[in-house]
Amino acid sequence: MILLAYIVALSGLIASGLLVYGLKRMSSPVTAVSGIVTAGWGMLFVVAASFLQIFSVSDAAQPHIVVNVILAVLALVIGGGWAGWKGRSVAMTAMPQMVALFNGMGGGAAAAVSVIALTGPKDTGVGQLLVTVAGGLIGSMSLSGSLIAWAKLDGRMNKPIRFGGQRIVNAAVFMLTILLGVMAVAQYHQPGGGLFALLFFIGALLCGICMTVPIGGADMPVVISLYNAFTGLAVGLEGYVMADPALMIAGMVVGSAGTLLTVMMAKGMNRSITNVLFSNFGEATAATASGPQKEAKSVSASDAATTMRYASTVIIVPGYGLAVAQAQGKLYEFVKLLQAAGVDVKFAIHPVAGRMPGHMNVLLAEAGVPYDMIYDMDDINDSFADTDVALVIGANDVVNPSARTDKSSPIYGMPILNADKARQVFVIKRGMGMGYSAVQNPLFFQDNCAMVFGDAQAVLSKMVEAVKGLSAS
Amino acid sequence: MSTAMTFVIALYIFMLAAFTGYEVISRVPSILHTPLMSGSNFVHGIVVVGALGALFNASSVLEQVVGFLGVMLGAGNVVGGYVVTDRMLAMFKPSTKPAASAPASGAKS
Repeated sequence: MILLAYIVALSGLIASGLLVYGLKRMSSPVTAVSGIVTAGWGMLFVVAASFLQIFSVSDAAQPHIVVNVILAVLALVIGGGWAGWKGRSVAMTAMPQMVALFNGMGGGAAAAVSVIALTGPKDTGVGQLLVTVAGGLIGSMSLSGSLIAWAKLDGRMNKPIRFGGQRIVNAAVFMLTILLGVMAVAQYHQPGGGLFALLFFIGALLCGICMTVPIGGADMPVVISLYNAFTGLAVGLEGYVMADPALMIAGMVVGSAGTLLTVMMAKGMNRSITNVLFSNFGEATAATASGPQKEAKSVSASDAATTMRYASTVIIVPGYGLAVAQAQGKLYEFVKLLQAAGVDVKFAIHPVAGRMPGHMNVLLAEAGVPYDMIYDMDDINDSFADTDVALVIGANDVVNPSARTDKSSPIYGMPILNADKARQVFVIKRGMGMGYSAVQNPLFFQDNCAMVFGDAQAVLSKMVEAVKGLSAS
Repeated sequence: MSTAMTFVIALYIFMLAAFTGYEVISRVPSILHTPLMSGSNFVHGIVVVGALGALFNASSVLEQVVGFLGVMLGAGNVVGGYVVTDRMLAMFKPSTKPAASAPASGAKS
């Protein structure tokens, strides 16, 4: 029995080592693939070893052990099977909401551990119970909040829900939930304690919903990243309750890494986290929409393609619109034609292009674009001024010069790509609609800018044909 | 060991783990932010181990039901997190010859 306990404990040690090492390897593109595999082995190992616990369960659980093990295997197969199928089949563009969903599940699992610790008959100390309540609160908020984030990104919930006095209501729900949690701990030994625990978890789920519904879709990546950190923290706290250092380490590593990642993302959008969570972005924009109403120029796809074919440098600024049109493959085909004609082509990626930092890199990588053609904003921003053509595809806010110049603009101060400084700018766009932040973009009315209207896929197909036609003749 | 000491050791673990997480992430190029978020999402899936422990020790129907849900959700977190991260990372390949291969019709719908 002692030996078994050692094996279980050591498996946790090895697993947390492998998980952290794997995470470290994931932080460089060269070693990233092996990183997730390393972490995967660690996880497999610790899950397998945790089955050794069945030989040392508490006396009360002895008569149920067979049922419990069957339930455990069933749960692993159902949960893992569903998630594996879902994760494998989902389109790359839908990745952010999948991350939200899986993260919410983790939060739910942490909350479930907390429920058992709070309602179970075990003799748990007050300190541990308080930690359980904290973990349960954070885990439950992560569960319901992530589900709302998933629904928003998946287009099932389009409008932020806002009403007067929302902050006061949210604060009240939050305070009440904490009160219920404290009551659940205080009444732990009384028969009525379970009721408080139940109400506490309902309140905690409600907190996550209240916190997320007023936040607009554009800010969801930051929110998901925050909930990712939340889940990590909840796992770490439940690890303390379960006296399992592996959970404590893995959970807390993710908690702090996720927090840092959240801050980095928010910085990329020039927003602070409190700003994302507590201010209603886009509310003050209605007034600024009426700017100088010049007419934007438009050119045909083949004219634009010809200009690029005979340019010497082209920088491409892809946005989410490109991904929506599923045109990354077509774009790369076009880029390769340009390269064959001797044009120097680069991709410029805004930190929040796509729906998450790095999302656009993933989408381009899926189309086969080598990552050394892709440049971060800071590395390429100075090159625009010496560039013949900037081709903006399905991006809007990230190239909006108002962010530099117009103090009244809601996106003022956001770092942008200086596409407007290129000698010629082409913008592929379906219409004159506004971007995610609903702010008018003066770039479109600049003299060096021309619009190519149409679906990105269709426009790029025409461009490919136009360039092919040129080299044939 | 006294309860107080256990508690303090737990705080040490949390503190060191928090520094570790910070160090691991702090010098990451932004192209890896999304895969890394997904990867750390996978890592906290280790909660499934806690849920398994709780389910093995369940002695009432309530505990069994909640434990079952916990393990199911945790397993989803682990497997889903792994698959998604793996799919994202598999796409990062260095380019030795950019224009050589045929264009992958990346548009999977």
